[in-house]
Amino acid sequence: MANSRLLDKKVCLITGSARGIGKAIASRFAEEGAIVYANARIAGSIDDWAKECSDKNETQVIPVYFDVTDYVTVKQVIMQINREQQHLDVLVNNAGVVSYELLGMIQPDNLRNMFEVNVVAMIQLIQLASRLMSRQKRGSIINISSIVGVNGVKGQLAYSATKGAVVSLTKSAAKELAPQNIRVNAIAPGMIGTERLSAVLEKNFSERISDIGLGRLGKPEEIANACLFLGSDLSEYISGQILGVDGCTVL
Amino acid sequence: MSNLEKYDEVFMTNFQVSREQLPVLTYQSVSVWDSVGHMGLVASMEESFGIMMDPEDIIGFSSYEEGKRILENYDISV
Repeated sequence: MANSRLLDKKVCLITGSARGIGKAIASRFAEEGAIVYANARIAGSIDDWAKECSDKNETQVIPVYFDVTDYVTVKQVIMQINREQQHLDVLVNNAGVVSYELLGMIQPDNLRNMFEVNVVAMIQLIQLASRLMSRQKRGSIINISSIVGVNGVKGQLAYSATKGAVVSLTKSAAKELAPQNIRVNAIAPGMIGTERLSAVLEKNFSERISDIGLGRLGKPEEIANACLFLGSDLSEYISGQILGVDGCTVL
Repeated sequence: MSNLEKYDEVFMTNFQVSREQLPVLTYQSVSVWDSVGHMGLVASMEESFGIMMDPEDIIGFSSYEEGKRILENYDISV
């Protein structure tokens, strides 16, 4: 396998890797030679895929099972990575939950849970990962936001609020971590054709396809390619940015 | 190297102070132990002792002496 791969031997932790965008990111990173710690919640659920992906790409894809809101376990996994690899190069904060509720229908418990997963857990992961990265004075953190976090949208106020928080926390973390040479960026995907979105799209948002300039849903692999750019040295002078990957969508 | 020697070394390296200054050293008592210096101290302490400190311990790490007590939370006797 060529050693000119963009993430050769880089140690990367990707949350929410069981399916959709996270799985595409983990696969793409493995193709580029990364040692991938792929997170999922259900124990054993990605063992087979991780082995296949490791063998195919002649690298290591290591499943790590935890709920991102479980701070104690998250910390143990970060320490495991430190013990096994002695460093961490890239963190992709992809795990998240989504809901579709009009303002009047927002349920407080759902709202709190969404902030817990999409925002609080993300901040804690950044806290822990950046402490390892600061030792090596190098690292890249990529947070998955959303086009609705940047522009807002009718029918997803709660979700858009959490993703808007991701935008602001990304910019603040970038400023705070720049002296340690840790870059922090976010990706704001548009409508991506994951199973999750496709299921609700037909039901709720079929008219939205016409909002996409390029006339089609995005592919998870297209988000993965943007992550690859931000995770690799190709973007070593880029930090504090929110990269829209939305096919020129106008909401 | 004993735990105490490792502990002292972290302070002396991070803040460029002598061993004699350590017992009275507290947060912000020297210009280099500001909020930025504090995170550097924590990073060095974690690396030296192979631990990751919890946020409340990072905040509570207010002096050279208090740090010794906090390390006990991680089964490290200084």
